[in-house]
Amino acid sequence: MTSDINVAGVERWASALGGAALAAYGIRQLKDRSPSGAALTAAGTALIYRGATGHCPMYSAAGINTADSRDDTRTALSGARGVNVQETVTISRPADELYRFWRSFELLPSFMHHLVSVEQLDQCRSHWVAKAPAGRTIEWNAEIINEIPGELIGWRTLDGSEVVSAGSVRFKPAPGGRGTEVRVRLQYDPPGGKLGSTIAWMFGEEPSQTIREDLRRFKRLMETGEIPTTDGQPRGNR
Amino acid sequence: MKAVVWHGTNDVRVERVPDPTILNPRDAIIRVTTTAICGSDLHLLDGFIPTMKAGDILGHEFMGEVVDVGTENTRLKVGDRVVVPFTIACGRCFFCERQLWSLCDNSNPNAWMAEKLYGFSGSGLFGYSHMMGGYAGGQAQFVRVPFADVGPIKISDGLTDEQVLFLSDIFPTGYMAAENCNINPGDTIAVWGCGPVGQMAIKSAFLLGAERVIAIDDVPERLKMAQEQSGAETVNFDDEQVFDRLKDLTGGMGPDACIDAVGLEAHGHTLDSYYDKVKTATMMATDRPNALRQAIHACRKGGVVSIPGVYGGFLDKMPFGAAFAKGLTFKMGQTHVMKYMQPLLDLVQEGAVDPSFVITHRLPIDQAPEAYKTFRDKKNECIKVILKPHGETVH
Repeated sequence: MTSDINVAGVERWASALGGAALAAYGIRQLKDRSPSGAALTAAGTALIYRGATGHCPMYSAAGINTADSRDDTRTALSGARGVNVQETVTISRPADELYRFWRSFELLPSFMHHLVSVEQLDQCRSHWVAKAPAGRTIEWNAEIINEIPGELIGWRTLDGSEVVSAGSVRFKPAPGGRGTEVRVRLQYDPPGGKLGSTIAWMFGEEPSQTIREDLRRFKRLMETGEIPTTDGQPRGNR
Repeated sequence: MKAVVWHGTNDVRVERVPDPTILNPRDAIIRVTTTAICGSDLHLLDGFIPTMKAGDILGHEFMGEVVDVGTENTRLKVGDRVVVPFTIACGRCFFCERQLWSLCDNSNPNAWMAEKLYGFSGSGLFGYSHMMGGYAGGQAQFVRVPFADVGPIKISDGLTDEQVLFLSDIFPTGYMAAENCNINPGDTIAVWGCGPVGQMAIKSAFLLGAERVIAIDDVPERLKMAQEQSGAETVNFDDEQVFDRLKDLTGGMGPDACIDAVGLEAHGHTLDSYYDKVKTATMMATDRPNALRQAIHACRKGGVVSIPGVYGGFLDKMPFGAAFAKGLTFKMGQTHVMKYMQPLLDLVQEGAVDPSFVITHRLPIDQAPEAYKTFRDKKNECIKVILKPHGETVH
């Protein structure tokens, strides 16, 4: 049905070069027995592969080329090594409305509590600021690598970011007029060096729980217009 | 403001706390004119409900006057007189849209706690543990009501607080318990527990067409109330074997439906009830379900066991074999209060029912700590306590 080549020419070269750099960096880290080094090496290798073959496993997995795309985000990021999280929630709103809200990245901090801000740099690239331990922040740039309006947004962090991560959110109409099944997949570098531990801190000891709470707040905001809370209510002496 | 505050098992106090404020756009603040102590509050007093924290404000049966509304609340206005349902519901999720209000997906901020214990979370509740949302309750001078454009029902001036207060919980709870029995002409309904919910269930079973209702308890004044107020027949389990008596009263068939209006703190004189007391006292079990066991055992074949009584955890020695062998149907859960408020208000307005008949004690809020114990210990013929938070004349 489709050719295996799903990456355009210029991007192939960029991938190959970027991948080589990433792999080299990763190999250097590997000497220090850093797990993130292995991940970077794997990521870099995959990018070289992508550049050389014109086929990106992340792209095809996330369904960039085809209408019948699968929503698998086993990315080139770190092969099977990274932390993979998948959570689903059904929201009683149309897919298109949910997609449009999510796609306005600057609104994401309203329900993702670890985020401080998101700034859209251009149509594809965005700048993210998140909370880090000890009142610090951590920042990274991300790009959309896959997008089907009303259906799917796939992203990954840009080379050179402090955080190495990729993910997707898919909006699929639920049966029986129940609204939309929203499925988030997220993959990030396993805890290793300093950066690894920051992202691990961000997603907590149970990353799936963190994503689940983000999705729960998204659902509540979209269904009810607000996020239920008791913060600030009166209580007696503790 | 003054509020009734939980500090631990057997430790409920009246304290000065800050006034509530609007926190979300659909909120309202209610000045509470009348509130009540519910039988289920006694489970909190007795320490049976997990995830309570010292400082929690109690109370989920209350009504009053709207004194502030959030920016998105277009349904209520300052000055409205309302009764507030004890279940908090968003009105827009899958469950609310299907009238399953007490299963609202969105109103419990601590849903993850309930999910850990139950798999999924029900709605948030006022003043009923952090697992159920951690919302400050209405045994206070003021209370914040989330999603106040969905739950509260407006009341006209012609009705007294006492006539309508119980639309917040026990009247709909008793009514739903009876409705769950699928009552057909000629049916006999047996009701375990003649506390306020039991009284409402008995009254409602007759409203829904039951031929006979048999009330089971060991507190004489409660049995007397069931008989006098609703025309129930009575069985005192101190004096009689419940199973034998029910069988005898129903021509050997057993009741068509059995309502357990007792819940997790049943006390009885059967062997299994002592076993439960020992097990719960030694933390080896969470609930004392002997009323439920009896209901399952006594129910006729193909009948319904309806459970408005609250259960919290893992029930020991359930006669599931009997339930299976007899093909019983179980109906249970927190009440979908919003589904019943308007039709029941209509009944009150028409004069068909006056739920205030259960009230035995009317007290200022300062006496709440004693009132909890009086109610729990069933002293002074106490059946239902209402509290006046602002010290209006108590008659």
